[in-house]
Amino acid sequence: MSSYNLPYLRQLESESIHILREVVAECENPVMLYSVGKDSSVMVRLAQKAFHPGPLPFPLLHIDTGYKFPEMIAFRDRFCDEIGARLIVERNEEWIEKGAHPIALGTEKCCSYLKTQALLTALRKHDYDAAFGGARREEEKSRAKERVFSIRDEYGQWDPKNQRPELWDLYNARLNEGQSIRVFPLSNWTEVDVWNYIRLENIPVVPLYFAQERDVIIRNGMMIPLSSVSMVEDGKSSRAADEEVRRVSCRFRSLGCIPCTGAVPSEARTLEELIVEVVNTRKSERENRVIDLSSESAMEEKKKEGYF
Amino acid sequence: MDGREKSLLRFVTTGSVDDGKSTLIGRLLYETKSIFEDQFAAVETTSKKRGQQDVDLSLLLDGLSAEREQGITIDVAYRYFESPYRKFIIADTPGHEQYTRNTVTGASTAELAIILIDARKGVLTQSRRHGILLSLLQIPHLVVAVNKMDLVEYDEHVFRDIVEVYQEFSGKLDIHDISFIPVSALKGDNVTTKSEAMPWYEGSTLLHALETVHVAADRNLLDFRFPVQHVIRPHLDFRGYAGRIASGTIREREEIVVLPSGKTSKIFSIETYDGSLDEAFAPQSVVLTLDDELDISRGDMIVRKHNLPQVGNELEAILCWMDEGAMRADGQYLLKHTTQTVKAFVRNVSYRIDVNTLHREAVETLRLNDIARVEIHTASPLFFDSYRNNHSTGSFILIDPHTSNTVAGGMIRGAVRTVADLIVSSEGGTSALRKTSSNVVWSGWNIPRQQREKKNGHRAAVLWLTGLSGSGKSTLAQAVEMRLFEQGCQTMLLDGDTIRHGLCGDLGFSERDRSENIRRVGETAKLFFEAGHIVLCAFISPFAEDRSFVRSLIPADQFFEIYTKCRLEVCKQRDPKGLYKKAEAGEIENFTGISSPYEVPQHPEITAATDEQPPERLVERILGALREGRIFS
Repeated sequence: MSSYNLPYLRQLESESIHILREVVAECENPVMLYSVGKDSSVMVRLAQKAFHPGPLPFPLLHIDTGYKFPEMIAFRDRFCDEIGARLIVERNEEWIEKGAHPIALGTEKCCSYLKTQALLTALRKHDYDAAFGGARREEEKSRAKERVFSIRDEYGQWDPKNQRPELWDLYNARLNEGQSIRVFPLSNWTEVDVWNYIRLENIPVVPLYFAQERDVIIRNGMMIPLSSVSMVEDGKSSRAADEEVRRVSCRFRSLGCIPCTGAVPSEARTLEELIVEVVNTRKSERENRVIDLSSESAMEEKKKEGYF
Repeated sequence: MDGREKSLLRFVTTGSVDDGKSTLIGRLLYETKSIFEDQFAAVETTSKKRGQQDVDLSLLLDGLSAEREQGITIDVAYRYFESPYRKFIIADTPGHEQYTRNTVTGASTAELAIILIDARKGVLTQSRRHGILLSLLQIPHLVVAVNKMDLVEYDEHVFRDIVEVYQEFSGKLDIHDISFIPVSALKGDNVTTKSEAMPWYEGSTLLHALETVHVAADRNLLDFRFPVQHVIRPHLDFRGYAGRIASGTIREREEIVVLPSGKTSKIFSIETYDGSLDEAFAPQSVVLTLDDELDISRGDMIVRKHNLPQVGNELEAILCWMDEGAMRADGQYLLKHTTQTVKAFVRNVSYRIDVNTLHREAVETLRLNDIARVEIHTASPLFFDSYRNNHSTGSFILIDPHTSNTVAGGMIRGAVRTVADLIVSSEGGTSALRKTSSNVVWSGWNIPRQQREKKNGHRAAVLWLTGLSGSGKSTLAQAVEMRLFEQGCQTMLLDGDTIRHGLCGDLGFSERDRSENIRRVGETAKLFFEAGHIVLCAFISPFAEDRSFVRSLIPADQFFEIYTKCRLEVCKQRDPKGLYKKAEAGEIENFTGISSPYEVPQHPEITAATDEQPPERLVERILGALREGRIFS
């Protein structure tokens, strides 16, 4: 190599690999949160790179709320199988059985039971002291203040006013009794970086990210695939009579639970088209995520409670 | 393009309250289309709700509810944007609360810094403070954005005055690339597009400056340093050392040394997920395999055979205290340096630096936001370089073992005492360290200096007088020594005559011999110093490098460089030994000031202008400085 300049995606990659290795070297029992989304896909690839030629030195943990798109579950199982990763799936069965639903409970409570509590229970159950998450600082304004190594108390709570200073690339993974760490190897990545890297590395992602003609209905300003309507309405399995089914070319920009994730109109059928669309969009990535829109501090409140 | 060719620039922004930093960042993000419509709409709604006329772009940046409630920024935030040429990561540091802690944090990863100055207010104490902090953090490039030019009618004179004032100040700093840009963040002048209102300004816009600043040369590609992060051993046939190259480059088949064992081997391969590489360089993350099976674990460092870092467990460092609690009296902490965490204690706080004025103050302990020069001792040796030469191997953090919090960040200046050279063994041997290398874990002097100092009733010191021949070094040194001696101090005076007649009798006056002469004098001074003496050294010592070597031997607060400043004409007139006459007649070669250069000290502790002040006054000043430095009372 004649010039010693590392292109920026490779710099980000190297930084993330460094972070992943620090955790494995310093923590006793780490786990990687795997949400099946594009960020998780990138994070898993980085972990493969960090420990190559060895296997992943930690399992993947998926918190299944019961509201995930069937395509996500199918992708998850195939993907983990192919790369030989150990997958752990945890659900808050108690509340899933009780029929927890964002419309009945409100999005905040629903998230709290099905995601945050399920996550905290799982971390405790398996005694994980460190958990990797795919969150990025660019995603949301409270996340811009998050450390790469984010210390949580015994209830998994984030205290934004009392964060450890983080200097150079010297991460402090030391914990007190009861504390745990959330680690964000993709802190400095943007949505565009993630997609560029997926293309550069040829990383598989859930097909829901790509546009195709889908039958949707519009509800609360969101485009919801007809096939998922039954999971959206609380107790009512069918759509209302006046709701019209439309066939629209659309895709999902980020993936969450069906009732809280809308599709966006799109013609991006290939990775190239998708990147052009993401670069040119004037709307933020989480525009279609109901959970972020409930209040100005929605994400911060959830994080304080133990969410990622 | 797809972004694969883009480079990355990390920069930090600092400013005071209300100088428009948030507006400037908001402007950069907005103009580079990094703010989305829905985010903008949310901010617009909030601004209206609050009855503000303009959209308050700073709302976009305050991420925490407490910040929005109080209208202040609490913590460093990271922002991202890109232009067609570069991707940028901004560490946005608040200008008021916790400024030191936040600025140091934000600057630690930055390659460039932007300081904002309000054109109406001019250069404030804070503007200087930011410059001092950024200089301590060794940020190589500084852009001073003079903002709110629209409010001073885009007046060139206002801008020029600020530039002049700041330049005079920044001359004292260790930042060599400073540029000034007049901007209006509110109106967009010179942020991403050239201002029509300021035709007198011919420089580049802020974005253009950020896009074109050359940072590749700032990276250390000379000194290969590979802190081992993790050992990868999937099966018996593979043993690889994972890590990120902290600096330098490495190729297959190169000879390496492993620290601390000193074992040597060769690079067998450089492995990555994408195949093996012939060569790798900083900051790549790779896995190295070696020819030989060696016992290597996390915290060890792989380096090139003929380019070793310093090895030792006593360091001089600049420490920035970041914890709410003051430094504990026992000073015991954990120190994380590269991939090693070791027990350490802060043994001596030499002085605190006033970040507003650069003045040094004596302090007992360190509190939140203090910056100080300290001596740190570690339980096991570190492999380090000075922060100036290598940010990765010259930086560390301190962790409180009780709270587990990160309490301080540190920048290594050098070893407290030079560890004797690591000798690279010739062929055949497996150890790179000298066999009798008690130097690495040097047990120290039989009677520690501190005990001698206690007995003497004063601390040891080295007073290094440098200046032209005839500038009055010896005269001044003799007078000071006499006074100290009368006060009961243990003293010793070394000058050219005493040294060149004996210890250095074999040396001439070539550049090389002069360096060797000063090296021997420095080491000799150190011996007297360790014996508890106040050592006065009067040597022309014309080369800055030699003087800084001597300085590196002695603890910072016990070393006084005294520059006897005197005009050459006056020296020639004095010419006590008739040397200038001979030199001008060509009878003496390499005579400083005539046929050989004198490098004027940049930051002497004392400047004694012997052609302006009477010797008695100068003697008093020097004694005063020693008292102030608590050498004697």
